[in-house]
Amino acid sequence: MIRMSTRHILLGLLATGPSHGYDLKRRHDERFPQARPLAYGQVYTTLQRLVRDGLAEVDGIDSDGGPERTVYRSTEDGARELTEWAGKIAPPAPFVTNEIFAKVVVSILSGGDPDAYLRAQRAAHMTRMRELTAVKTAQGSDLATVLSADYALNHLDADLRWMTTTAARLTTLTAEVDAG
Amino acid sequence: MSNTTGSAVPLLAARDLVKAHGRTQALRGASIELRAGEILAVTGASGGGKSTLLHCLAGIVRPDTGAVTYDGERLDQLPEKRLSELRRTEFGVVFQFGQLIPELTALDNVALPLLLAGARRQEAQARAGEWLERFGVRGQEELRPGEMSGGQTQRVALARALVTGPKIVFADEPTGALDSLASEQVMTALTHTARESGTAVLLITHDAQVAAYADREVRLADGTVAPLEVAA
Repeated sequence: MIRMSTRHILLGLLATGPSHGYDLKRRHDERFPQARPLAYGQVYTTLQRLVRDGLAEVDGIDSDGGPERTVYRSTEDGARELTEWAGKIAPPAPFVTNEIFAKVVVSILSGGDPDAYLRAQRAAHMTRMRELTAVKTAQGSDLATVLSADYALNHLDADLRWMTTTAARLTTLTAEVDAG
Repeated sequence: MSNTTGSAVPLLAARDLVKAHGRTQALRGASIELRAGEILAVTGASGGGKSTLLHCLAGIVRPDTGAVTYDGERLDQLPEKRLSELRRTEFGVVFQFGQLIPELTALDNVALPLLLAGARRQEAQARAGEWLERFGVRGQEELRPGEMSGGQTQRVALARALVTGPKIVFADEPTGALDSLASEQVMTALTHTARESGTAVLLITHDAQVAAYADREVRLADGTVAPLEVAA
């Protein structure tokens, strides 16, 4: 799952023009198909905070024959905040608190079978990578879908490389212990 | 999607293959099955015996012991003449690089297997042109391999491997020398075309992102096929 700053994503969606919460949620889920879908409650809470901080404001009420919806727009401060956030580098996180890493370490410490776990985890990763590849290469996939599948595939691939190296290290270590 | 479960009898099966190159034991009892229309990835570390396995399965080399059965025939026991015929008509092979003839144009390279099979030049070139189009390299017909990018060269090589309508394409690290976008174009072209035409593919790769284009994966380590795990 992709975790992102909902505040800035909503500001980014508002940068294309005024919009209401329902529409923002729909567009978010379309643009970031591999991310966790936004909850309506989260959208409305975040919009209220953006208004409180002067980054967005109410543009009006849209009823359009259905229920009344509050339409929001970005402010100049909001646009400035968005530009600053978009250009700021993200800290290169080492992800050493990852669950896979933790399970392997615990398995080694407790005399478990890390190799069997790594093989099963690899199979699960490959299944997910096949699904993402099918999504990415399906005819008519839009750019957001392709980019998001690429991102997930590259991260799963990085996990796999680490798992392959770890399995090889464990084999070497076991051989050394047996020889000793 | 391709047929991965349809036929119970595999199109190609190897049992307990053993093969040594001098004192190096490349295969130590490898067994594998490929079903009709299936795209199967064989992965594993370099030096694990992947290419030797492909050579044995494609009838390019004979195993020291063990059996390879293709469509009911014992491939490892066939005379060279019949093997050569199979390789020309029922198998297509793509390597990492170097399989195109540098002096020939893209069109003539793809037409070559048809000419060798006895087709007339005009007909061979027309069909070669159709296959170049399917692989997205229309307009490059008159270029020679040295004048094309790595990705274009590999797509021409794939067109050549598929032009005779083989039942199996053996691909040994077909994207090994390509960057990620060129690799994606080659793999998308290969898998879409193979699934459309029902051609089985045996894909050797060390790259998990390439293996993810396949229907199934087996891992080769130390000359044997590792036990398969079922994903939770």
